Amino acid sequence: MYTEKVMDHFQNPRNVGEIENASGVGTVGNAKCGDIMRIYLDIDENQIIQDVKFKTFGCGAAVATSSMATELVKGKSIYDALKVTNKAVMEALDGLPPVKVHCSLLAEEAIHAALWDYAEKHGIKIEGLEKPKSDIHEDEEEESEEY
Amino acid sequence: MSKLIYLDNAATTKVAQEVVDAMIPYFTENYGNPSSVYGFAAKNKDAITKQREIIAGALGAQANEIYFTAGGSESDNWALKATAEAYKSKGNHIITTKIEHHAILHTGDYLEKCGYEVTYLDVDENGVVKLEDLKAAIRPTTILISVMFANNEIGTIQPIKEIGAIARENGILFHTDAVQAFGQVPINVDEYNIDMLSASGHKLNGPKGIGFLYIRKGVKIRSFVHGGAQERKRRAGTENVPGIIGLGTATARAMRTMEERTAKEKELRDYLIGRILDEVPYVKLNGHPENRLPNNANFSFRFIEGESLLIMLDMKGICGSSGSACTSGSLDPSHVLLAIGLPHEIAHGSLRLTLSEETTKEDIDYVVESVKEIVANLRNMSPLYEDFVRKNK
Repeated sequence: MYTEKVMDHFQNPRNVGEIENASGVGTVGNAKCGDIMRIYLDIDENQIIQDVKFKTFGCGAAVATSSMATELVKGKSIYDALKVTNKAVMEALDGLPPVKVHCSLLAEEAIHAALWDYAEKHGIKIEGLEKPKSDIHEDEEEESEEY
Repeated sequence: MSKLIYLDNAATTKVAQEVVDAMIPYFTENYGNPSSVYGFAAKNKDAITKQREIIAGALGAQANEIYFTAGGSESDNWALKATAEAYKSKGNHIITTKIEHHAILHTGDYLEKCGYEVTYLDVDENGVVKLEDLKAAIRPTTILISVMFANNEIGTIQPIKEIGAIARENGILFHTDAVQAFGQVPINVDEYNIDMLSASGHKLNGPKGIGFLYIRKGVKIRSFVHGGAQERKRRAGTENVPGIIGLGTATARAMRTMEERTAKEKELRDYLIGRILDEVPYVKLNGHPENRLPNNANFSFRFIEGESLLIMLDMKGICGSSGSACTSGSLDPSHVLLAIGLPHEIAHGSLRLTLSEETTKEDIDYVVESVKEIVANLRNMSPLYEDFVRKNK
């Protein structure tokens, strides 16, 4: 059901991890629906994305789109990163099954959420960036029962 | 990938060689229509009768109470729709549960649209129907109770005997979807007061596309497929002769091997459950710890999603299934896992492994090692796990 590229990015995801003191962090999606993406950006003083890491809870497509999205924005200026659409992510993966298209939207949204966080922290406004819709908050209630 | 480790026997099973051998002549040699007069074809009628006897024998039923269908879904549809229609004058209320197969749940939805009332009973955290709830749900208009014998996802076996007794005391028909249980656990329709029972061939090493509905003599249930006089005029259509032969042969085989086969499966299942619970952190066993199908293990791994886990297992040659939304084609995880009270995010991380008689201890060891490695890897990339670790630092 998945293309070779999706399988490759799922099995060998690029840029998995966290960035300490990241310039911007964005988390989108929700656990109820089964996918959450978190993107960490390290942005230098020239507004170039020097490093990017991700963590994703979700299906194969969710992991693969996160991985591809990080590849596509790495080394780019924040404005070029903003131009990385879900369509671009999908094309780079040679397509996704129709039921998984939302994963690519989530990846785009995660990048935007991280950029939004960066802009807020640095008191700047990024032209063309709107407040991400599906941002989930750090303080959102969490399942705490133990098994 | 050297060897395929197939642990999805609740989805379907390998057709046993003796079943295939029994079926083959009915494709190319004994291909006559059982309704024809000449001896060449008519002997197929006898062959069908023999299979009916084998199946009836397995249930403590009479041969003329077994009606062949195209499988479990058809049997379930028939039992519900035809009972609703035939007993309309008595009432319009049906009781079933929240953890039934979709063949029951969606038929229930359909009947509700047709003006019937359906009560979907809750289950406890092990997936067991609460008898008090069942008793309380009974109305003067209740015409049918339909409770599955054993659950396809979590393996929980219901207190069928008690449910049958309650149905009988109240003069209500009792149907059970025994698709997962038939051939796995002993069933006696008289002892359990079962009036109708659905089963399917491909769950017990028989062919796909064949099943049966047991209908107790005296239950006035109507024809489901109108046409010829096959199946005592209740289900028209030229018989699927090879399928029926396959189902009968598979049933005889399942009954013959049941004790030894299920004892072996149980031992390996418990070994699998024991190792996973001991060796993987933040995991839960779903379903009843003891009263469960001999070959069923179902786990929820926190912080990870089921489809990812399945694909990773597939890469290692292991076939399993999950109740995550991504594997069901909807946004919600399995209705069964939600019904036993799992929060959505934990239901998404479920894994069902269903063993067969061919499963070995080496297979299980390999599966456990693979699961441990994959779960750890997926947690490493899970933001939920990251948050959890941070919180508990």
